[in-house]
Amino acid sequence: MTQPSAPVPYTDDDDIPLFAPTPKVYPQKVSGTYRRIKWGLLIVGMAIYYLLPFVRWDRGPNLPDQAVLVDFERRRFYFFFIELWPQEVYYFTGLLILAAIILFLMNALAGRVWCGYLCPQTVWTDLFLRVERFFEGDRRDRIKLDDAPWTADKVARKAGKHFVWLMIAWWTGGAWVLYFADAPTLVRDLATFQAPFTAYVWIGILTTTTYILAGHLREQVCLHMCPWPRIQAALTDEHALNVSYRYDRGEPRMSVKDAKRAREAEQPAGDCIDCHQCVAVCPTGVDIRQGSQLGCIQCGLCIDACDTVMTKIGRPTRLIAYDTDEAIMAREVGQTPTYKPIRARTMLYAAVIALVGGAMVYQLATRAFLGMNLIHDRTPLFVTLRDGSIRNTYTVRLINKRTESRQIALTIDGPTSVAMDVQGATPTSDWRPIVSVDPDTTREIRVLVTIPRSSLQSGTNMIRIKASDLFAGETVTIAENFFAP
Amino acid sequence: MADDKHTPPEVDRLTGIATTGHEWDGIKELNTPLPRWWLWTFYATIIWAIGYMVFYPAIPLISSHTVGLLGHTNRAAVQVELAKLETQRTIQAAGLANASFEQIKANPDLNRIALARGKAAFGDNCMGCHGAGGMGFVGYPNLADDDWIWGGKPEQIQQTILHGIRWEQSTDTRVGNMPAFGRTGMLKRDEIAESVEYVRSLAGLDVEKSANLAKGKEVFAANCASCHGDEGKGNQELGAPSLTDAIWLYGNSRAAMTEGLVNGRAGAMPSWSGRLDPVTIKALTVYVGSLGGGQ
Repeated sequence: MTQPSAPVPYTDDDDIPLFAPTPKVYPQKVSGTYRRIKWGLLIVGMAIYYLLPFVRWDRGPNLPDQAVLVDFERRRFYFFFIELWPQEVYYFTGLLILAAIILFLMNALAGRVWCGYLCPQTVWTDLFLRVERFFEGDRRDRIKLDDAPWTADKVARKAGKHFVWLMIAWWTGGAWVLYFADAPTLVRDLATFQAPFTAYVWIGILTTTTYILAGHLREQVCLHMCPWPRIQAALTDEHALNVSYRYDRGEPRMSVKDAKRAREAEQPAGDCIDCHQCVAVCPTGVDIRQGSQLGCIQCGLCIDACDTVMTKIGRPTRLIAYDTDEAIMAREVGQTPTYKPIRARTMLYAAVIALVGGAMVYQLATRAFLGMNLIHDRTPLFVTLRDGSIRNTYTVRLINKRTESRQIALTIDGPTSVAMDVQGATPTSDWRPIVSVDPDTTREIRVLVTIPRSSLQSGTNMIRIKASDLFAGETVTIAENFFAP
Repeated sequence: MADDKHTPPEVDRLTGIATTGHEWDGIKELNTPLPRWWLWTFYATIIWAIGYMVFYPAIPLISSHTVGLLGHTNRAAVQVELAKLETQRTIQAAGLANASFEQIKANPDLNRIALARGKAAFGDNCMGCHGAGGMGFVGYPNLADDDWIWGGKPEQIQQTILHGIRWEQSTDTRVGNMPAFGRTGMLKRDEIAESVEYVRSLAGLDVEKSANLAKGKEVFAANCASCHGDEGKGNQELGAPSLTDAIWLYGNSRAAMTEGLVNGRAGAMPSWSGRLDPVTIKALTVYVGSLGGGQ
């Protein structure tokens, strides 16, 4: 992390800056293994984000054919073959738990993999830095340009950069809204200015946040806004692989010539030549040689930078590498380093992931596509009929989660001679009342249940109403009270 | 000297930070001002508040308050929303007014609207006597059962709501007369007791062993059968309830039955024509029919 700046003696109120002063970070271009991995993940991740709304998935007539869709109007969430109803949002709770534990597991195994490679803040910042480099050149050019007086050239470069930034930000917001409506239709509506006002508002909001977060705030988000670095620091241990400076090999630092001389004299000599390349390429501007720290997002770019230098001076690469604190300490005292990915902590995380994931998959695989709720009428609890029999009235809510219309037969089981009148049902040849429920909807019907007084006991009796799909064979049975005087 | 703004402030030697010049018991306060983004946000909220006071109602006066340039009031906003709702309801009411009961029953949308309007109107106007859900009380018929004194077809229910029962102000009101046989001397005390026992035997209720049912039947045939029918099955044209079923408006104890014969029964229901508009009465009819007994 950047050194805490020395307190500034304020002499005049006008001198006070907007924020605590922070030196601007000018990350330098770098190439190597981790840079290639990062470009690959950036391309894959962004391709998924921008193209996923256009993937089609046939669900049958009158239903959206978009593979991933959050449909607020019809209150449904579609994800390929999965369709969730509002009462099933607990699946998202499960996903959040999974996400947290997977983050912990990643951290226990290989540190801040999320921060360095996958976090949208990192990915978009990477892309924005690439744009900045295109317009303003590499690190030195950018520093020089910022110090230089305003010229036409500087204005053109800056304007070009900000324009492309805004375009990317605008596309980011544009892709976001596509997840909430039919993407091809919405694209056409947006282009012809016929889309709903909220769509434009959301594009505007996300354009602004992307432009500010990825273009201007960058590492400030990781340092000051994101809670994960704080939590991560508390969760990590000496067995986790982290991007580390191998001080056992690097110290004492000296120039190439001094090191050569020292080795010939059999004096201790470190491989670090203090070239500051690791600091120059760092997107958050930290010095990895000070050890694991809040500002280090562990993207591995300093590994690439250091490897390039080590190759050039003819020393072994990976002076900075993914390594554990324990291994470095072991090497320092001449022991053989061990890496233990299987430990109580990782096993525990893996077990929780398996448990929560397994429970979710099981729940999803066995969830009912036919649902029924029974609501007993409270006033009156029961009605005496002319022939002395007792009637209770229920509101039955049938839930059809399939994408086709279904014929649901209702049958009742209860005290002797129980009879049921389902309002709005068609009786079949065997006199079971049939209720038709439209695809993907719920239907409420009133059911009048009549039982002769002689087969009832005073107070509470039990009935069972069973709903069965005539063709698919699914059934739901609900037991409910039947009240008698 | 301290007020001279050109005098540089005292700087704390240990931290290198200027002091505010305030001193308590020899302790001086370092000048660590608020972050400027924070201060500016604070100023922005003040400006916002001033704008709010100019444009919106803000300052209470003795008997009113400042109105604000936009002239906004929550009451007016509610009125606008209510007017919108009223427009929607007018359209729905027109749909109901033009539809027959069969059409309302066959059309799920109309049915839903009728039930919703009927339920609200029932709660406001009918529940006081007939109870929640039409459950009824002694003397006030249960509307959810399958027994109808004046008929349970939609047209019959509508007629009852429109003109009431024994409601003198309405010329079309339903009139049925259960005379005070005892009080007027039309029947003697023992004749009343005998006919009570006979009616109980018709309804399958317990009967005194010593009762003279033949005598009771005679009394019944001479006095009651003209309205309640020879077999006591009742007559909806006259509002004469069946005496053979399990439903007793005033209860089926001997005391209640005797009281009916001695003093007569003449429960009244107001006429709602003129108090409620025809569409509301139509909706009420559909709702009452849906409670469980509609025919």
